[in-house]
Amino acid sequence: MNKYVERVYNGVIKENPTFVLMLGMCPTLAVTTSAMNGVGMGLTTAVVLIMSNMLISMLRKVIPDKVRMPAFIVVVASFVTIVQFLLKAYIPDLNKSLGIYIPLIVVNCIILGRAEAYASKNPVMLSILDGLGMGLGFTLGLTLIGAFREILGSGTIFGLQVMPDSYEPITIFILAPGAFFVLAMLTAIQNKLKLKSATNGDAPGEGTEKLACGGNCGQCSGSTCRENHAKLEEKLLKDKEEK
Amino acid sequence: MRELLLVLIGAALVNNVVLSQFLGICPFLGVSKKTETAAGMGAAVIFVITIASACTYGIYHLILVPTGLEYMQTIVFIMVIAALVQLVEMLLKKMIPSLYQALGVYLPLITTNCAVLGVAINNVTKEYNFVTSVVNGFGTACGFLIAIVIMAGIRERIEHNPVPKAFKGSPIVLITAGLMAIAFFGFAGVIK
Repeated sequence: MNKYVERVYNGVIKENPTFVLMLGMCPTLAVTTSAMNGVGMGLTTAVVLIMSNMLISMLRKVIPDKVRMPAFIVVVASFVTIVQFLLKAYIPDLNKSLGIYIPLIVVNCIILGRAEAYASKNPVMLSILDGLGMGLGFTLGLTLIGAFREILGSGTIFGLQVMPDSYEPITIFILAPGAFFVLAMLTAIQNKLKLKSATNGDAPGEGTEKLACGGNCGQCSGSTCRENHAKLEEKLLKDKEEK
Repeated sequence: MRELLLVLIGAALVNNVVLSQFLGICPFLGVSKKTETAAGMGAAVIFVITIASACTYGIYHLILVPTGLEYMQTIVFIMVIAALVQLVEMLLKKMIPSLYQALGVYLPLITTNCAVLGVAINNVTKEYNFVTSVVNGFGTACGFLIAIVIMAGIRERIEHNPVPKAFKGSPIVLITAGLMAIAFFGFAGVIK
């Protein structure tokens, strides 16, 4: 497979951020009350991801290693601000329904994770396609979860009635608990079928079940996560010895 | 006074940060395996969010508003929070080593906790004054502490129960979180 096509395939299927890496759980749970919100959030994140991957890849030889994290955060935050302006001007409805979760894209680990793991080490074109693949993968994940919740919770999909009139919507699925239940069923099915996923213990590294972040920690990525975990383990060990 | 109390209860219970706003899900799922670590994480979050609410309020109203740069809030807030966490870590290490021992390991994990940024942005969009902002931050963080400690308590019990194989690990935790979210709906009637 062409290496450029491979990047997109990798993001959408092989390392899908929602289903396989289990990254960015906060927006995944919060905005998937309808399929349309899922598409909106997914595409917004994808745009930020592609742009930030591009810029970080361009600057990868300029940014000193020690301050790379703050530099990445500034790049991502700038693009989020730009995207927020564009949404406010052109799609105010979407901006309203996503609300606070737009500025919170800054702390979405998929973006910082890709910056750290891929864009800061690879050429521009590949990084852009990596961003595209991951962004589309995230959009796909959010849209599927959103569609599922919308069908069960209000009997519609993208606002169109699909269930028969006699169907009584299970409203809880578009409320907060429904988000947890849908994600629980999804991870349970993955565990049952032993699909590769951050929840069934053999990804993304070895011994994930011992990680402080449970292996599906969306907040910290790469080296930060491991360092923090090492510190935590050390402290627990020390506490044990003291006892 | 009455209003402050309403903001506090609203932030802590009614609009619980984890169970109804979905902020800070990752530490909630990740650091809730033992009650002790969960309480440590919760205490560190209370500490950071309360200080961050005060700082971001000051910076927004004293620097961004007079210069007309309100749109820079996302960039400024995230940098302020990152710097603040570092500063708090250094100060604690120097001044109160015992507290640092207790909270130290959790502090770096908090920088990217979306609850911190979420509270700062919420304070601005709801146009809270200084005291209300700090109370809202404190209440939100208390809500996080309550949720994560309850979750850790339940998880310690679940561990030795015969959970179906496919549900071991994160699925059962997510189902527990869902049930907790239903229980927290009960608080919706507290404030009209």
